[in-house]
Amino acid sequence: MGLIALILFSISYLGIAQHSLDSEVDGMEEWQEEIAQEEFKAGDMIIEHITDAYEWHIITLGHTHITVPLPVMLYDKGEFHFFMSSALHHNHGNHMGYFVSKEGFNSGKLVRKEASGEEVRPTLDFSFTKNVMAIFFSMFLLGWIFISVANSYKKRKGKAPKGLQSLLEPIILFVRDDIARSSIGEKRYERYTPFLLTIFFFILINNLLGIIPFFPGGANITGNIGVTGVLAAFTFIITTYSANKNYWVHIVNAPGVPWWLKIPVPLMPIVEIMGVFTKPFVLMVRLFANMSAGHIIILGFVSLIFIFGEISQGLGYGVSIVSVGFSIFMDVLEILVAFIQAYVFTLLSALYFGMATEEAHH
Amino acid sequence: MSLINPGFGLVIWMTLAFLVLLFILGKFAWKPIMAALKEREDSIENALLAAEKAQQAMHELKAGNEKLMLEAQIERDTILKEARKLKDSILNDAREKSAMEAKNILHNAREQITSDKNAALAEIKSTIASYSIDIAEKILREELKDKSRQMTYAEKLLKETSLN
Repeated sequence: MGLIALILFSISYLGIAQHSLDSEVDGMEEWQEEIAQEEFKAGDMIIEHITDAYEWHIITLGHTHITVPLPVMLYDKGEFHFFMSSALHHNHGNHMGYFVSKEGFNSGKLVRKEASGEEVRPTLDFSFTKNVMAIFFSMFLLGWIFISVANSYKKRKGKAPKGLQSLLEPIILFVRDDIARSSIGEKRYERYTPFLLTIFFFILINNLLGIIPFFPGGANITGNIGVTGVLAAFTFIITTYSANKNYWVHIVNAPGVPWWLKIPVPLMPIVEIMGVFTKPFVLMVRLFANMSAGHIIILGFVSLIFIFGEISQGLGYGVSIVSVGFSIFMDVLEILVAFIQAYVFTLLSALYFGMATEEAHH
Repeated sequence: MSLINPGFGLVIWMTLAFLVLLFILGKFAWKPIMAALKEREDSIENALLAAEKAQQAMHELKAGNEKLMLEAQIERDTILKEARKLKDSILNDAREKSAMEAKNILHNAREQITSDKNAALAEIKSTIASYSIDIAEKILREELKDKSRQMTYAEKLLKETSLN
């Protein structure tokens, strides 16, 4: 049901996009010229591709951008603003004083100009962006896949797995046995398995969808620091919430450490307390950096074609052979990285849960 | 810089979406899947245990059978031994008995023979005595047929008697 709703939703938006293109002919001319004058900037192109956006750009045919416009929701100066991203004229326009910043720390974000000329972000920006839509898409995909798998478990009770079920069962068992059970321990692993399975498959499916370069894939969700931050925050909250006395004792008064590291200067406790926060921080950065780096490299290879193409067309075609070859190699590597990063994030989360719930052994 | 500048809206939506996902998958996917996996593992383990048990039972049965067979063999051996003993003793008894019988028969026969022989001898003796008396009578009749001869003989006898 949900999936159908989403598809209808996106189709209707596509319709709106086409429609809005027709009605914006006057506005279009300006930025068409702008595009014509623009020379290829690899850095901008790469950043544009791996960061979030207010609309979902699908393809540019000639000078026509085909995009999925998405709702922009702002709360600023005590007022709510709601408009479609198409009102921003593909990041080149301005709607009620709000426009997409081109440079600085807020580049790519919706800002307004203060009287002083400074760019300021609205108080709250709830915009339903490209990444949000991609998250919802992968969410529906995950729900659809795993509920159908769960149904086939119900249907084929006590029988050998079949189809999608047999493809996913080894992975589910791997997460349960080799990640949850071995890190958390026989007694408590069952409480954490649903969360670990969810983050594992959420990261995995978004890593894989991120490699697919066209709609509805291609959104760099797991390479977005906001998304990885939320995932790491979940791990942090669960770790802290389920931590027992033994865990805190280890932080404040780590056993087996010489006393002069604790008194008079509490060096070890400080390090341990920092560790509580650096662990999820590192989780966040690792996933974000790994996934973004992979995309940057692939986009870099593709950029080479256009950079050389600008020098001479023949050179561009020549380089494309090498670039495509390297891109394919990187894509294959990215598939491997997709699995590794999902595994590492899940394994480390499980290890932190294990540490937090470990019984004191004397 | 925009790379490390998280969007506020994205964080909110992500949190919301992830919570919903966690709830939906937890309730409608992981719970039944985990339960089914556990059930299957349990059933497999039970089946393996049952198989092991059956094997053990078979081993025991086999051992029991072997024991039974051994016992039967031993019993057979003892029965055979006893039978042989019985046969020997029966044979010995028979032999002894027959020997004794033979002896008895021989003894009786010998006695019979002796008594028969004695009776025969007595009969022969009496028969010979009666024959001799008859013969002597006949001779005397022949000798004493005429008077002269009677006289001569009487004289001769008288002579012999007187001389004595």
